[in-house]
Amino acid sequence: MTVTTKQPVLSAKGIRKTFGRVVGLDGVDLDVFPGEVLAIIGDNGAGKSTLIQCLTGALVPDEGTLELDGKRVSFRRPQDAKDMGIETVYQSLAMSPALDIASNMFLGREIRKAGPLGSVLRMLDRKAMREKSMAAVQQLGIRTIQNPGQRVETLSGGQRQAIAVARAAAFGSKLVLLDEPTAALGVRESGLVLDAIRALRDRGLPVILISHNMPHVWEIADRIHIQRLGRRAGVITPSSHDMTEGVAIMTGAKTLDTGKE
Amino acid sequence: MTSTKKAASPALRAQHFLHENPWVSPLVLLVLSVAVFTLLNPAFAQPRAISLLLQQTAVVAALAVGQTLIILTGGIDLSVGAAAILGCMSSALLASQHGLPAPAAIAVGILIGALCGLLNGALVSRLKLPPFIVTLGTLSVFTAITLMLTGGSTVQGRDMPEAMTAAGTRIPFLGLDLNVGILVVGLVYLAVGFALGFTAWGRRVYAVGDAPEAARLAGISVSRVLLSVYIVAGIIYGIAAWVLIGRAGAASPNGIVDANLASITAVVIGGTSLFGGRGGVVGTVLGALIVQSFAIGLTLAGLDDEYRVLAVGILVIAAVAADQWIRKVRT
Repeated sequence: MTVTTKQPVLSAKGIRKTFGRVVGLDGVDLDVFPGEVLAIIGDNGAGKSTLIQCLTGALVPDEGTLELDGKRVSFRRPQDAKDMGIETVYQSLAMSPALDIASNMFLGREIRKAGPLGSVLRMLDRKAMREKSMAAVQQLGIRTIQNPGQRVETLSGGQRQAIAVARAAAFGSKLVLLDEPTAALGVRESGLVLDAIRALRDRGLPVILISHNMPHVWEIADRIHIQRLGRRAGVITPSSHDMTEGVAIMTGAKTLDTGKE
Repeated sequence: MTSTKKAASPALRAQHFLHENPWVSPLVLLVLSVAVFTLLNPAFAQPRAISLLLQQTAVVAALAVGQTLIILTGGIDLSVGAAAILGCMSSALLASQHGLPAPAAIAVGILIGALCGLLNGALVSRLKLPPFIVTLGTLSVFTAITLMLTGGSTVQGRDMPEAMTAAGTRIPFLGLDLNVGILVVGLVYLAVGFALGFTAWGRRVYAVGDAPEAARLAGISVSRVLLSVYIVAGIIYGIAAWVLIGRAGAASPNGIVDANLASITAVVIGGTSLFGGRGGVVGTVLGALIVQSFAIGLTLAGLDDEYRVLAVGILVIAAVAADQWIRKVRT
């Protein structure tokens, strides 16, 4: 396959995951390299979400190995992956609508006040969390969010998604994964999220993007991993194949000539 | 959806406001009921009636704090009264028949409350059993243990060291007749209110109740948060047990038979959502006061107790209906 001198940031080999009798993933390989946007496309049931969950500790694969920067790792819980600098934006958004933006940004890693108020009374430093939330949001060029004390349920879908991306960007030091980030969004809101993804890549952070939206994938991806029936059907780039060919491989109408890639 | 954004109708704005501030509706209701009951009988606004209101509310209000925590996580606790009574009777028996010093006996009562919470919490968080069923079961278990320990008999205040009933010690304040128990319950409210509003634990309690999957994906151990909530609730029940002994001047196994329903009523009328993730203790104390003001107000108005039962029943349904309406706001 590809001969490359660069070491992948994250490399998965032979990932297998079954649910009872259903085979979700049947030995999938995946590599993501520094500073690239790797898109994962595939039909419904091809195993995209299962794959992403196996990479982030949300699911534990039955078989297969994961390497982060060349070192073997194994994630039993989402927290394990987070601790290693892998952040995920899930399709379900992983936000608590009743809480405000800053509380959601720092959910699970809240900042406490300095001094006895923080150490003895365990009091939160709301001000610091709000300021850092705003900084993270602004770093991605998101201008429609002004008040970090606003409840998430009052935000539009695109704004919520942008917050989720900003949260991942703020804490992900190695890799950010996005599961269908533009699925429920209109054109303008999708633009907001795509810009945020570009801002991430420009900071050198590799991004894995799962999407059904082919124009978005071809617009933003550096490489495209095609998932089909629980396996990797191949890896293409937006310049090597056009959208029609990509979809043909995805649906099985065409098989990728492995010698070519 | 988009058209509503421009010209928000007054109803919509009210809905949004109540959504942001769940304690406002119980506050309005409390003010209204105080006004109406005072009109019906001016004695309602007298220090004597107000003191009675606070004294009678204290125990249920304390139990309702624990109930609030559990309901915020999307659970419910039917064993609240049974756990409090178990703590109450154990400490009373230890102090009266086994000569245990009062502070130690009170501590044992609180510890037993915590253990009851630990049992409920472990069944809910580790075995993933529904809280309704778990606490329905432990309601019977705790009640049965209490009866086995006591044989159904009451421990009189005079048979216990004085500190056991110290919660009933009167504290005159601005013409009101308060007591130590009210003060303790007030402190419990302050502590839990602070923990919910200003600590990471509080944020996590809301997140676990509002969106457990989101909390899990954010790296929060949902089962640990749940377990901690049930234990904290149990500790509060243990404290309420001591307040109850002081209030009654005795420890009786039939002390608070309907505490589970009374506490749930207070929480629900206080605007905390039974679906979890929404509400807080400010609403709960208002809810507890509303229920008790109906009891006193209707009696003073010369109506029989069945009217109170009727009114509280209607209130609960109205409160849940209001919650459903307010929850629809999500844009």
